[in-house]
Amino acid sequence: MSAILETRGLTKTFGAVTAANALDVAVETGSIVGLIGGNGAGKTTFINLVTGYLKPTSGTVLFDGKDITGLSPRRVTRLGLCRSFQIPQVFDSLTAYENLLVGLGVVAMGRKAFVGSALGNRSPDDVAEEMLLRFRLGPYRNEKVATLPEGVRKLLDVAMALAVKPRILLLDEPTSGVSADEKFALMDLVLAAIRADGVTVLFVEHDMDVVKRYVGRILAFYEGRIIADGAPGAVLAHADVRRYVVGEAAVEEGAC
Amino acid sequence: MSPSRRTALGLGAALVAVALVGPLLPKWAAYLFTIAIAKALVALGLLLLMRTGLVSFGQGLYFGIGAYAAGVGADALKLGDAVPMVLLGAAAAGLVAAVLGLLLARYRTIFFAMLSLAFSMILYGLLVKTSALGSTDGFNVSARSTFGLAASGSLGRFGTYGLAALTAFAAATGLDRYLRTHLGRLAPAVRDNELRVEYMGASVRNVIHLHLVLAAVLAGAGGALTALAVGHVDPEMAYWTTSGEFVFVAILSGTASVAAPFLGALVLELLRSFAYEHAPNTWQLVVGGAMLAVILFLPDGLWSVFRRKGVVA
Repeated sequence: MSAILETRGLTKTFGAVTAANALDVAVETGSIVGLIGGNGAGKTTFINLVTGYLKPTSGTVLFDGKDITGLSPRRVTRLGLCRSFQIPQVFDSLTAYENLLVGLGVVAMGRKAFVGSALGNRSPDDVAEEMLLRFRLGPYRNEKVATLPEGVRKLLDVAMALAVKPRILLLDEPTSGVSADEKFALMDLVLAAIRADGVTVLFVEHDMDVVKRYVGRILAFYEGRIIADGAPGAVLAHADVRRYVVGEAAVEEGAC
Repeated sequence: MSPSRRTALGLGAALVAVALVGPLLPKWAAYLFTIAIAKALVALGLLLLMRTGLVSFGQGLYFGIGAYAAGVGADALKLGDAVPMVLLGAAAAGLVAAVLGLLLARYRTIFFAMLSLAFSMILYGLLVKTSALGSTDGFNVSARSTFGLAASGSLGRFGTYGLAALTAFAAATGLDRYLRTHLGRLAPAVRDNELRVEYMGASVRNVIHLHLVLAAVLAGAGGALTALAVGHVDPEMAYWTTSGEFVFVAILSGTASVAAPFLGALVLELLRSFAYEHAPNTWQLVVGGAMLAVILFLPDGLWSVFRRKGVVA
């Protein structure tokens, strides 16, 4: 299998802080990868670098074998590399339906500029309705999203990213801010929608139970470096991961 | 019936009513209506900008350019008819915005407002110093005909009035339709969350640039119509108080409907005329008091009166 997303020596420094330290990551087409790490490990920085929100200090980002280093989020999105946000980035004064329609409208306007056929021969309105159904957002269709619960906004944020049929979707902590008993239901929904489209996924997650349940491979970051990469069982058993990410070692030593 | 069709029908009915009532109006009322429509066109452009999240304190720039271009064009290009004069005014304003937009589209909030104001004051300064354009006195502007109807004829007397009404109808229905397109729907999206718009694959700067040009075209048309109605242009048209008045109209009207600026501008013109007649020394107090009342009781503008009654425009 070929890598749809690859970084080579990806580095980003903010003054004395190295948020990404020579990262070599390859994400196989069609895989679902979990990205874990403590606060400040560089997980969101990685997403920001890959999607062009931040310019790397050095290193390259390859998408489908093509160098996309330094391209703006707009161009990266058009190539089929989309993301969702840790804090939902939605359009507060619009309804859930209108929120979906904004992105789909952009696709409809620039069919040629987008890679792949996100809409096929369907209208943006039809696809928006379908996404509302798939993400069970129907009840909120005509409500302004400013007043919706955080879990719903989170779902909408992911739905907006998925609506334009990306080839790879980067989910930044899809379950943060969602109550513990809603997490699995939310992820089941999201993953079912994603698998139906055959989209490659890399998602950042703090909750190890969520990670274990959904991914085939885990990347563990610590201080901008990869400390473990592989099957979930092996990574979560890794000594450094237990010490720095999961925190179990610290508990055993009585530090907490 | 779709909302856009309902708006178009409402505006069409308003156009017919305005056209029918025109010849019956006393001259002062026809003039007042024309001026109100011309100012409403500028406020309509502000409505578009406000929906995109921007407030321009410099629309006097495009208003002034539209007026002067119509006047200069009439002389230099031997334009005798009002229609090409208005088109020329609108085009000239749009062209200037297309150039200035390269810079303006990079700014937001107060920085955008102040930069737009600065550009308008540069034009004011230039006009005041240019003796060929009459310096502070400006110069007279007149059209020999409107749609080929001689200005001296019985119908031609209402030429500018009719042209203003038609322009307003075209502008309002056009903008309403635009706001319902995929591109137009990006306006509130840009206002709410620029980051997400970029992450949806659209260019925020291009959207803002386009809206700056559209707003300028409307302001230019308004300026040209004002020049024709008044029969005169002067640098005051580009002065910051003129720009401020357009913002005043836009806030008074509210941004809920493309028809709102016309109501707001008409109310302001009527209020000012009557206040000036009955309280010549304190008319500003009356107008200011009215604005205060609107802000306090109708924070979404005059148009929200219709909303509260459940009549959706």
